[in-house]
Amino acid sequence: HLATSLPLPSERDHLRPRIDLVVFMIDIKSKYSLKNVETSLVYVDASFFLGKVCFLVTGVGRVNACSIETNAVCKLGETYCSPVLFCELELESIRAATAQRLVRMLRICAGHIPGVSALSFVSLMRKSDDD
Amino acid sequence: EKADPQKTAFLLRKAWTLYSVTPLYGFRRARLRDYARLLGAFIAAEKQKGLAVEVGAELDIKVALSSLADIRGSELDQAALLVQLSSRSRGSSRSSEDKPVWWGWFCSVFGDELSESVPEHFTCLPLFLSHGAESYTALVGSWFQKTFDCCFRRLAISPLNLSWMVAMWAGCKLDRAASAVELVFSVPCLAQPLDISYAIHPEDAKVLWDTVQKTPGEITQEEVDVFMDSLYAHFHRHFKIHLSAAKLVKISTAIASAHCDGIVKILHSQYLPGVLMLLTELAISQIQ
Repeated sequence: HLATSLPLPSERDHLRPRIDLVVFMIDIKSKYSLKNVETSLVYVDASFFLGKVCFLVTGVGRVNACSIETNAVCKLGETYCSPVLFCELELESIRAATAQRLVRMLRICAGHIPGVSALSFVSLMRKSDDD
Repeated sequence: EKADPQKTAFLLRKAWTLYSVTPLYGFRRARLRDYARLLGAFIAAEKQKGLAVEVGAELDIKVALSSLADIRGSELDQAALLVQLSSRSRGSSRSSEDKPVWWGWFCSVFGDELSESVPEHFTCLPLFLSHGAESYTALVGSWFQKTFDCCFRRLAISPLNLSWMVAMWAGCKLDRAASAVELVFSVPCLAQPLDISYAIHPEDAKVLWDTVQKTPGEITQEEVDVFMDSLYAHFHRHFKIHLSAAKLVKISTAIASAHCDGIVKILHSQYLPGVLMLLTELAISQIQ
């Protein structure tokens, strides 16, 4: 399900299936996309931030078209305890690999992989010097 | 140190194409005359081969190499190196009739980060600026690359860096009437390419920057973001267009203008070192 911003329209709430993973897409060439994600984040229930949210930064192939500082995005990931993935959608192979990663994450979040839950992502996010 | 305005006047108001250059190996400042001679011979030979310039086969190209001692930042910086190509019609031997056709200069202003990390025998002049026919730039560039084992790369400027420049330069104090601060955006994903030009009165831009900047002399990413966001919000209020979704491609201020393809024009001699320092930093980050 794709949406340009949150919150999702409430009229369709009863028709919507369970949401297992929310991927926020940020285009590194558009400051607007970062702002949009930041304002949409407040509409996400806190329970999602236990491994069911991730940030996907696109357009990283062109370093010279950056309108956003990568530090800012990484900080966002840290603040919300969610992984940040970087990819370049214009390249077929990276597009396919990224899609596969997201599907693997989704399967874990949906509980399809026995023994591994979304909480594993959270523990992977912690830096070793936090312990 | 302030550069002597007379000597550096020719640097102002020209559109310079930017390159990053890796450190030069075996460059000796004492041999400038020899290098000029060798480069001149190389250019003449390439012209013979028919590989070079379109203009004037009857014109000879004379090469002059000189040091611009005032253009440097710290003690660790090398003095800037200027390469000038002039044309002289065959049959004339008077150097007063030489017409300059191409300029290229290497410089380093507070490029300590690079200078401190290179081994002996390497000269660090990471920023190269050229003005004139691209074919001459290619000739000079390939001679330097062959002779000093270095590498030239076009230096593009990202929208992020352009917004730093406009924030910094719009906030500069100027003694006389300044020209408007202009930002040019290119809108992606349209059938017809669309450019949006946003001009701001220089006084308004400076007032805005002064309210944003907390510590004079220091600039943070947050302050640049607040400055740009204010400009975007103002534009959105009037035109309902989110400039933050478009690509910032060119900025112009009274101090200097810069284009994302790596082309700058410096307009004010007082701020020449400041502009060069920023460009040196960009060049070094491209090299590393």
